[in-house]
Amino acid sequence: MSASGSFQWFASHETRLAWRDWRWLMTRGRSERAGAAALGFVVFTLFMHALAYVALSRSLRPTETADVHELVVLTGVMVLGFSAMLSQAMESVTRAFYARGDLELILTSPAPAPRLFAVRIAAIAATIFSMSLALGAPFINMQALLYGARWLCAYLIVASLAMLAVAVAIVIVGALFGVLGARRTRLISQIVAAVIGAAFAIGLQFAAILSFGTMAVPRFAALEQLALEPTSPLLWPARAAFGEPAPLVLLVCLGAASLAVAIGVFAPRFGGLVLAAASTSYGPRKRSRPRAHFSDASPAQALRRKEWSLLLRDPWLMSQTLMQLLYLLPAAFLLWRNFFSETGVATFLAPILIMAAGQLGGGLAWLAVSGEDAPELIATAPVAAAKVLRAKTEAVLFGVGAVFLPLVGMLAFVAPFAALVALGGVTVAAGSATAIQYWFRAQAKRSHFRRRQTSSRIATFAEALSSNGWAGAGALAVTGTWFALVPGVFVIAILAGVWSVSPARSASAG
Amino acid sequence: MQNSSSPLALEIRGLVKSFERPAVDRLDLSVPAGEFYSLLGPNGAGKTTTLRMVTGLLAPDSGSISVFGVDARRDPIGAKRIMAWVSDEPMLYDQLTPMEYLDFVAGLWGVDARLAAERARELLCCLGLAPFADERCGTFSKGMRQKLALAGALVHEPRLIILDEPFTGLDAGSSRIVKDVLRERVRAGCSVIMTTHILEVAERMADRIGVMAGGRLIADGKLDELRLRAGSGDASLEDTFLTLVAQERAAA
Repeated sequence: MSASGSFQWFASHETRLAWRDWRWLMTRGRSERAGAAALGFVVFTLFMHALAYVALSRSLRPTETADVHELVVLTGVMVLGFSAMLSQAMESVTRAFYARGDLELILTSPAPAPRLFAVRIAAIAATIFSMSLALGAPFINMQALLYGARWLCAYLIVASLAMLAVAVAIVIVGALFGVLGARRTRLISQIVAAVIGAAFAIGLQFAAILSFGTMAVPRFAALEQLALEPTSPLLWPARAAFGEPAPLVLLVCLGAASLAVAIGVFAPRFGGLVLAAASTSYGPRKRSRPRAHFSDASPAQALRRKEWSLLLRDPWLMSQTLMQLLYLLPAAFLLWRNFFSETGVATFLAPILIMAAGQLGGGLAWLAVSGEDAPELIATAPVAAAKVLRAKTEAVLFGVGAVFLPLVGMLAFVAPFAALVALGGVTVAAGSATAIQYWFRAQAKRSHFRRRQTSSRIATFAEALSSNGWAGAGALAVTGTWFALVPGVFVIAILAGVWSVSPARSASAG
Repeated sequence: MQNSSSPLALEIRGLVKSFERPAVDRLDLSVPAGEFYSLLGPNGAGKTTTLRMVTGLLAPDSGSISVFGVDARRDPIGAKRIMAWVSDEPMLYDQLTPMEYLDFVAGLWGVDARLAAERARELLCCLGLAPFADERCGTFSKGMRQKLALAGALVHEPRLIILDEPFTGLDAGSSRIVKDVLRERVRAGCSVIMTTHILEVAERMADRIGVMAGGRLIADGKLDELRLRAGSGDASLEDTFLTLVAQERAAA
């Protein structure tokens, strides 16, 4: 038993909390679900390993000594992974600053808070490492099984990148605190995190468009335009992945040292930053824009206006909702480059627009339907429930239309038929996502938007399958084939299946 | 004051609602128009469940609910038009200002825009929220939120106001303001039904008091009538209430 207030004591406290959180996430607090959760975990692990085996056994066997092409591809994978890790680390560090859960207890206790903060920073790195392994470990294991044990050193690389990502995240968030102050840092940090997460993938697509005129090139081909020498330091991390000892040791040392420095510098200051964050009011400031009007409209109009006023006034929510549209930027850029020219661009754009519309529609529908902050007010108002639902649906579809109609309009100049397909696809994808949100609606605070997926996994998967399915149907429809009906029927079958198990159906049947 | 010839603001007959066990059990309750009625009961007695069924937030298993003669189960919209609900945890829109919130509520109830603005200003003034009329609600304290929720309930001038624990968490000043506003509404002919655990408030404000336990109304009347029923002499409402609940438990 370690002495209270020691590093080990805090570490064991954090481990216990993390384990219970994870267990609750898996079982929703019901011990009878533990067996099913464990079985699900095993099945998922086996499935991922099988997937990794199929993917790797069909790809080219890696050479013993890496050539530039392989190193470039590996570098691309690692940068992509690092950008995702950095994004997640920034999210976690920001949350650690602003979460008030037990920080007041810790800070008012005589225990040495810097130790706890040191443990928490290390815990963030461990979490990022674990999350990366959830997807990465099967591929590492299969790579080692197929091509030799030296590939197991990839575990060290993932750990190093996780430590480096957390160190960089702490420096960035700390710098934002210094420059912007506590009030603005939360929002800006979350936006920066999301942009970083998407930046590399989007950047590659921009590079591909500029270099090859299309997004349809092998993912990392754009990187090869850099014409790197095999000895370039930029390729060292990839060399480490190939098991070269010197780059591997260097990378591990860099990760561990950067995390140690970050902990040494920031753990003692963490308390001050937390207090600064806690003493800031994140609530809205005095009104600076014209007052919204509701009572000069019908109840339905008042509801629609309310939805839009709330969304437009919450920059965090707005940024989260629109973040997925970042992925549309390359598509919009491609459209702009090909404006008035006859190309196959429409084949790409129609499904991208449809998929994004489904995602945006799902997000907006969750906000309108489940994220209602005053459900009792609406329920006790003399407005029929059907009218409320219709008004909210209209608010969602209007939002989707405002974003996508201009893009579809531009597409119509280039490829009218593809634009027609995109218009239909955008409508059904947004409509399907909205319907799923209605069927699985569960009252929640709007501030829980980021965690909305946890309320129903069925709804989450159904929404993703529906958006992707409609996008697939759109992609085929643009080429004029009747095979487009196949994914369309598939999505309809999914929607029917989801409806049959939804709480909304149970309620209507009851 | 109770008047046998006045119409009933609320009439409940044989109301039943069960979750895993009966929460409301064949409840009969009548509240005459223009009366301040306080519904008391220990935790889990079924008070809030009853009121949530009246306001349409919960569907009863069986029984009837009539609000000023309007069948709330057959014509819920008609019933909602003439009543208002204030819960113990008022939910507001953090990104709206009080003026906008009241304007939105007025929009839902179809109140004329000019009239709504006039009433909103009056209510905010009378509830001490006028200086914050154009600040967003996200920063408001519990008391301010409670008062704004009450303003929202009053802006469409309901005939029946139903409040669930409206004084929980209010400071003395806010509590006084809310009491004054409610008294003034009752004087103007409005009916009020309120649940509370603060028995002094019920004792001072209510024309009649109902006591619920185990999902049923075990006593109903003026304070003197309750004392008589409990056999508690000149005891306070608290003592009377505890005696009645203890008697009920003993009988069960």
